[in-house]
Amino acid sequence: MNIQNMILTLQKFWSEQNCILMQAYDVEKGAGTMSPMTLLRSLGPEPWRVAYVEPSRRPADGRYGENPNRLYQHHQFQVIIKPSPDNIQDLYLESLQALGINPLEHDIRFVEDNWENPTLGAAGLGWEVWLDGMEITQFTYFQQIGGLEASPVTVELTYGIERLASYIQDKENVFDLEWTDGFTYKDIFKQPEYEHSTYTFEESNVDMLFQLFSMYEEEAQKTMEKGLIFPAYDYVLKCSHTFNLLDARGVISVTERTGYIGRIRNLARNIAKAYVEERERLGFPMLKKEDK
Amino acid sequence: MAKNVLFEIGLEELPARFIDDAEKQLKVKTTSWLDDLRITYSKIETFSTPRRLAVLIHDIAEKQATIEEEAKGPAIKIAQDDQGNWSKAAVGFTKGQGKTVDDIYTKDVKGTTYIFVNKVIEGKLTGSLLPEFKNIIESIQFGKNMRWGNGTMRYVRPIRWMVALFEEEIIPFEIAGVQTSNVTYGHRFLGKEVVLRNPLDYKLEMKNNFVIVDSNVREKMILEGIKQAEEKGNFIVPIDQDLLDEVRNLVEYPTVFIGSFEKEFLKLPSEVLVTSMKEHQRYFPVKSNTGTLLPYFVGVRNGDSNALETVIKGNEKVLRARLSDGQFFFEEDQKNSVEFYLDKLNSVVFQVKLGTIGEKVSRVVSISEKIAQSLNIDAEVTQKIIRAAQLSKFDLMTNMVNEFTELQGTMGEKYARSFGEDESVAIAIREHYMPTSAGGELPETLVGAIVSVADKLDTIVGCIGVGLKPTGSQDPYGLRRQATGILRIANDREWGIPVADLFKLTIELYESLDLEHVDFEVIKKELHAFIQQRVAFVLKERGIEQDIIQAITSHQIGIMSDMVKKASILSAKRNEASFKPIQEALVRVLNLAEKTEETVVNPEYFETDSERDLFDIYENVQASYQELIVQDNLEGAFSALEKLAEPIHLFFENNMVMAENEQLRKNRLALLNRIAILVNNFADLNAIEWKQHF
Repeated sequence: MNIQNMILTLQKFWSEQNCILMQAYDVEKGAGTMSPMTLLRSLGPEPWRVAYVEPSRRPADGRYGENPNRLYQHHQFQVIIKPSPDNIQDLYLESLQALGINPLEHDIRFVEDNWENPTLGAAGLGWEVWLDGMEITQFTYFQQIGGLEASPVTVELTYGIERLASYIQDKENVFDLEWTDGFTYKDIFKQPEYEHSTYTFEESNVDMLFQLFSMYEEEAQKTMEKGLIFPAYDYVLKCSHTFNLLDARGVISVTERTGYIGRIRNLARNIAKAYVEERERLGFPMLKKEDK
Repeated sequence: MAKNVLFEIGLEELPARFIDDAEKQLKVKTTSWLDDLRITYSKIETFSTPRRLAVLIHDIAEKQATIEEEAKGPAIKIAQDDQGNWSKAAVGFTKGQGKTVDDIYTKDVKGTTYIFVNKVIEGKLTGSLLPEFKNIIESIQFGKNMRWGNGTMRYVRPIRWMVALFEEEIIPFEIAGVQTSNVTYGHRFLGKEVVLRNPLDYKLEMKNNFVIVDSNVREKMILEGIKQAEEKGNFIVPIDQDLLDEVRNLVEYPTVFIGSFEKEFLKLPSEVLVTSMKEHQRYFPVKSNTGTLLPYFVGVRNGDSNALETVIKGNEKVLRARLSDGQFFFEEDQKNSVEFYLDKLNSVVFQVKLGTIGEKVSRVVSISEKIAQSLNIDAEVTQKIIRAAQLSKFDLMTNMVNEFTELQGTMGEKYARSFGEDESVAIAIREHYMPTSAGGELPETLVGAIVSVADKLDTIVGCIGVGLKPTGSQDPYGLRRQATGILRIANDREWGIPVADLFKLTIELYESLDLEHVDFEVIKKELHAFIQQRVAFVLKERGIEQDIIQAITSHQIGIMSDMVKKASILSAKRNEASFKPIQEALVRVLNLAEKTEETVVNPEYFETDSERDLFDIYENVQASYQELIVQDNLEGAFSALEKLAEPIHLFFENNMVMAENEQLRKNRLALLNRIAILVNNFADLNAIEWKQHF
């Protein structure tokens, strides 16, 4: 099965489970969890079900397109359901079957793995799912988001698309994966991987990035004070990505590093709180929808 | 016919590390619950897998045991009037016990006659009490709990079903929205839904559905599979019990398989291979008869042998990817020089307020050098110590350690060797992390021991100086463990440098560095108590009692090995009857000496023979004590002190210490003070409780 069909299959599967199919969020981010479709929507009492592919950028993991496993940008298929359904493990295993993975012919296991993202004040408990020894999915019950207790609990499934594809297509090198008929991962991503790595490690305008960080941070703060939560959150994401670029370039000094992470965390926490307050002010509209 | 009871809690996959303990708790709690309820049974069996915890109670009694209790009432004098009629008190007592005055009988208790009734507490039906098991399920403790769905319950993982059977009857209760039933589930993929007709069917029904509920049986199956693999492959699979424990708790139905990897990977350091297999993938590494690693591994699948080839192929692919990474890192890392990595240490934080790892390393170098000086180590070895300290952390900057963090030190040793460093330097890089646990192995080499102690001293003094002293269960920098490590090394090597001096030389270094955030007031305030606690901890671990620890550590924290020896001398002494008068004499001196600071004794002022004798003997004892201490003969030194007891007794019998004459008084106090100083040099005997054994 090529990657395109894998994505279509997962989308169809989760759509049939009444998930809203979203498109990738258009601001750079390090993980699907950081999309407002996950991070903000998993806050508060309103039910939520969503599935989307998220291209995730990790500048420090860039390897000029030369490493068979590491990428500047990889793809996550993200499923978010609040409250977590009782049969979520079964649903997940059915989704693997939809991808053609017959559990009787494999060894599928749930191995303890607890997730924590201090930058977002987020933590959860769950597993990494192993397929014949390979980690293919992060399965997490959120316990805390933006420093707030997650209640009801949101469950997050993060499929590593490239990992899963390399297994399904039996390829050792990510660039040999077939995206769709006639197009390999290499055709599509080799050049951007090389160029982004070169930019990240050699060419980025450090002064500009430092300036941008401060500007984004200031804008996030101001925007939030005006009660404009989603725009403020976009600027937090921009801060985070800018920080990642600076960090990958090795120009954030030791003492500064903790400071930068702290600044992003404070913003994220304030926004999480403001989001819940705003939803409450609006009367938690989606809660009512469910009652009808 | 006796009945049986089964409880099973069905869960989403439990973390393997919690399972054994949860099963143990289940057994203990069930046993004490039934005992408290006075319900008898023939046997309690417990079971566990990654998806369930269960308990099977055999031959449970139909009812609680009925008990007869004798209830004691008032004395007969109060219970009866002169005519022999029952008083109000007697009637009230019988009513209160649910009896009448007709049930009264009397008995003598210590010469007084009291009235009694026999009270029968009828046992309730077992069936009515079994729903209480709910409390046991809720009370099992796990290291980490979570919430799920809409619920508020916190438990290790979501509860998905519960079986509660009293013979064929369902015992009704509910937890977190899950109702008990007689339905359980087999293996996730190989098993089916199972309706249990009888508790005794449990093991077999589960086995038929590919769940081996007894973890000991799973372990045996794995060991059997490994044995077969060994025969088939003609190799040896060393059994690591921790790994075996984990693996048996990752599967409900184990099937052992052999996988292989490319021979070229064997060129990697064996630690890299073993870590990849064991820690990352939970495989058993495979060795030849001569103990060298072979390009095979043994894994355990959660399931049967269907399509086992696919599973093996998948696992091999994962391992290959990891080892390829390892190989790439190994080659890349060796392309750079030590200096390249040392430079990088300057851009990585150790602790925000204590600077970079590079800065830490230069402190460790200075501390190592100072320790070497104190121990009179020759120049050649000192050079090696300094080099080892300089290189102690360089491997943290290599790709390999970045990816395989558990190989810190180990890779440092390998790389240092390949970069042509001295063998003792290479070994010390690995050893300086030792001991890595409370009872862990100590460095074998002197160079390793010194750098290890220096590294730990730096961390402890620095962290306490910036306010990071451990509190309660919080010790994120492992300061307690590191302090224990210092003390164990100092004791093991019998370093003749007082523990307090090791810390002092570290503090002096910090003072010379002028670090902005380090607060010397805090160090002064906190450090002494911290070290004292750690010394006490180490002595306590060796079975030394609290009062002796107090005696040894209250005045000064001296040479560690001396403190250990003194502790054992005093522990033995204090149980000897002959020690009592000695301790009394010496303690009396210690108490009186507190009244003075005077130390100058003028023999011309002596008035009596007994004080003159005491002074002469003191001078002799002092001289031989000092000599014996220098020879490290603590036993002898203490015996020398004991010689003071007799003359002290004579002194007190014949002299008035607090004499009217000031000159006389001062002189006598000064004499006692001199003796006190000498005794305190050994230990504060005042702290020791005299233990008389009969």
